[in-house]
Amino acid sequence: MTTLSDPPGESFRLSMLLNDTRYRSYTFQFIALICVIGLFAYLASNLVANLRAAGLNISYDFLRDPSNYDINQRLIEYDSQSSHWRASLVGVLNTLLVAFLACVTATIFGVFAGVLRLSHNWLIRKLMAVYVEAFRNVPVLIWIIIIFTIMTAVLPQPRAFRGDDATASMLFDSMAFTNRGVFTPRPIFESGSMIVVLVFLASIVGVFAYRRYTTKLLYATGKLLPRGWPSLAILFLPSIVIYYIMGQPISLEYPELKGFNFSGGWNIRGSLIALWFALAIYTGAFIAENVRAGIQAVSTGQTEAAASLGLRPGRIMNLVVLPQALRVIIPPLISQYLNITKNSSLAIAVGYMDITGTLGGITLNQTGRAIESVLLLMAFYLAISLAISALMNVYNNSIKLKER
Amino acid sequence: MSDTSHRTDAYVRTEMLPEAEPPGTQRGIVKWGRENLFSDVPNSILTIVSMIAVYYILVGVMPWLLNGIWDAPSIRECRALLDGKTGGCFAVLTERWNQLLFGFKYPSEEYWRPAVAFALLFVAAAPVMFFKYLPRKMLIFTALYPFLAFWLVWGGTIWTPIFALVGFIAGYLVWTTFVARSFAAGFFGAIVAALVTWWIGGFIAGLLAPENPLLSAVPSRDMGGFMLNMILGTVCVSLSLPLGIALALGRQSSMPIIKWICILFIEFVRGVPLITLLFVANVVLAYFLPPGTSFDLILRVIIMITMFSSAYIAEVIRGGLAALPRGQYEAGDSLGLDYPQAMRLIILPQALKISIPGIVNVAVGLFKDTTLVSVISMFDLVGMIRGPILASTEWNGVYWELFGMAALLFFVVCYGISQYSQWLERELRTDHR
Repeated sequence: MTTLSDPPGESFRLSMLLNDTRYRSYTFQFIALICVIGLFAYLASNLVANLRAAGLNISYDFLRDPSNYDINQRLIEYDSQSSHWRASLVGVLNTLLVAFLACVTATIFGVFAGVLRLSHNWLIRKLMAVYVEAFRNVPVLIWIIIIFTIMTAVLPQPRAFRGDDATASMLFDSMAFTNRGVFTPRPIFESGSMIVVLVFLASIVGVFAYRRYTTKLLYATGKLLPRGWPSLAILFLPSIVIYYIMGQPISLEYPELKGFNFSGGWNIRGSLIALWFALAIYTGAFIAENVRAGIQAVSTGQTEAAASLGLRPGRIMNLVVLPQALRVIIPPLISQYLNITKNSSLAIAVGYMDITGTLGGITLNQTGRAIESVLLLMAFYLAISLAISALMNVYNNSIKLKER
Repeated sequence: MSDTSHRTDAYVRTEMLPEAEPPGTQRGIVKWGRENLFSDVPNSILTIVSMIAVYYILVGVMPWLLNGIWDAPSIRECRALLDGKTGGCFAVLTERWNQLLFGFKYPSEEYWRPAVAFALLFVAAAPVMFFKYLPRKMLIFTALYPFLAFWLVWGGTIWTPIFALVGFIAGYLVWTTFVARSFAAGFFGAIVAALVTWWIGGFIAGLLAPENPLLSAVPSRDMGGFMLNMILGTVCVSLSLPLGIALALGRQSSMPIIKWICILFIEFVRGVPLITLLFVANVVLAYFLPPGTSFDLILRVIIMITMFSSAYIAEVIRGGLAALPRGQYEAGDSLGLDYPQAMRLIILPQALKISIPGIVNVAVGLFKDTTLVSVISMFDLVGMIRGPILASTEWNGVYWELFGMAALLFFVVCYGISQYSQWLERELRTDHR
């Protein structure tokens, strides 16, 4: 019986590799593999020949040498005697810092602009459209440079704050906007401050627990407890009480004008602020479009159904529209975060010392280790990208519509 | 019943009253304002706040725009002319206009060449962009345009672009001859024919090259200004489209090795920032080429940007391919079409149509990203402004006028493209709405 469905028993001929669809794909794959291997072998042999001609080798020992350059904006201890490895680490942290700040700010800008673009107010709607179009259609590099120019060329010098006839004054007597960066107060943690911080963390957990409890109570009994004010109270009251009981262990150190510059407090360089705000405003315009698309993707029938069930507008938004809109908004939002992280490499244009500025900039130029530096740089960004997209896949799977 | 019919009333209106005007608050601009600006208290507050903001922005910007000085040789004279008033020194734009557009090395007596190439770009792009309204014959000019533009911008012997063109024609002829028999034969035959023609043409072009060509040759390193952005943008977008289609098809392929090669390439390129790829073009690529070869920097950059954008375009097209219902693929199979035929005739036309907005987004993003070449010390528009112009003693400190102009140029191009893509989407819509 089986012989009926068997192919005619012809023997394998060489021409079948090209003409028979059963075997042709093997031929193609084999050719492709040979081509790719050949290409890599060619590139590698060129590399070896070039390195030998230049008397170089591939080695990562340069990472242990002292870096001999200074980094003015850093999160960890570093000086010019530290190794190149340490400099790269400072760069990595700076990249993550500016990416994190820009992501948070861009989300705020984007959500506001996206929601306001759907406002009933004609003027607001048009203003937000202008914002979105203006920022989406101009290269982010130009925005970074423009904001950097404001930070360095327009803001006053520190010495303008001096004397009785000072031309500039500090905001709230605590923040100074100068062309050497922004000086802000810095919290000083004394003994006992740990307890305050711990209490504050505990109250965050408490807020979540309380909200969970109200939801449970609502589903179980239909009784709705207020949420907003109790949450705020749980969040802040215990910490404030403990703060005063412990004798105010956290104080602020204010920046002061000493000599030609401010000292004390935090100094946020103009390059960081330029990069941060340019990325935030630029990406915010893209996020605004995502948010708008997400809200519009929820059909009006949903809103009307919720209204006919007797829900108030606020609850319609919270319980019906947002959960469905978020499913549309979050995936592009995360890829915007990825874009921010990659665009933060433009730091090199304004001299902010992120990983591109340290490892791909000064270290590369000082040591001449171009291949190693660029490889490490790419590996770092690739790792971040893959990590974020892995997270995104987990999230997408968790919110996927459970269909039949 | 009632006796109304018998009553003789003093007066009963028999004709209709003319329609009264709606009350003043319910018509015209007042009604519009009440509905759109002051519908409730929060809206009114928002409106007033934004009106105040707009007012202050206008108060700040308008004098600067209106009092601007358009004719002065340097910033000092410009400030002297302004005499303490607020006003922009737009003279920098008029004085350095050619540098902003063409860079500072392009020979000034040849400026007409890129200008003509730019004008012809519209003629070449029009039959593609407005294919419904223009005769198909114009596509012949579109096909000739790359060679013409290359000759205009780079100059040199005319035989180089002509033999490049002849190679393509030879490939096309072989393709049309063999494709009916087998796609593979046509495809690879065309490639071989083109390569052979170019190889032979290279020798002949070298022999035919005149001493003084009609258009003097301009080396690549002399390109600059907005022209460089336009060159990189158009060349890389047009090159990355076919590459992106190939990568997308490869990623969807059932052959595991080809699929994985494409996935690795796409994910790698999408995972790293463009700057690192430009670093590769600038400092690393030379190590991977045979010793002694020296590539143009502009060519290396074009290769890298093309790789970069083709990966993004591949992802967009993959989305379009995935959005097609399975029935379309099965219909192609059941008609007895082989893979290339099914793709060419059924799948790709639909998938590409779906992906147009995404492709345009990638193209706009790519065009904006061409400013990044200023980081590897090429003098594109941003590089020109930050380098030769702001560093010159005459114009040191004229930030706003220059960066405002750069932003405006990019805005006009990018906004224009995105408006076109929205129009095209409406044009191509075949569903009944």
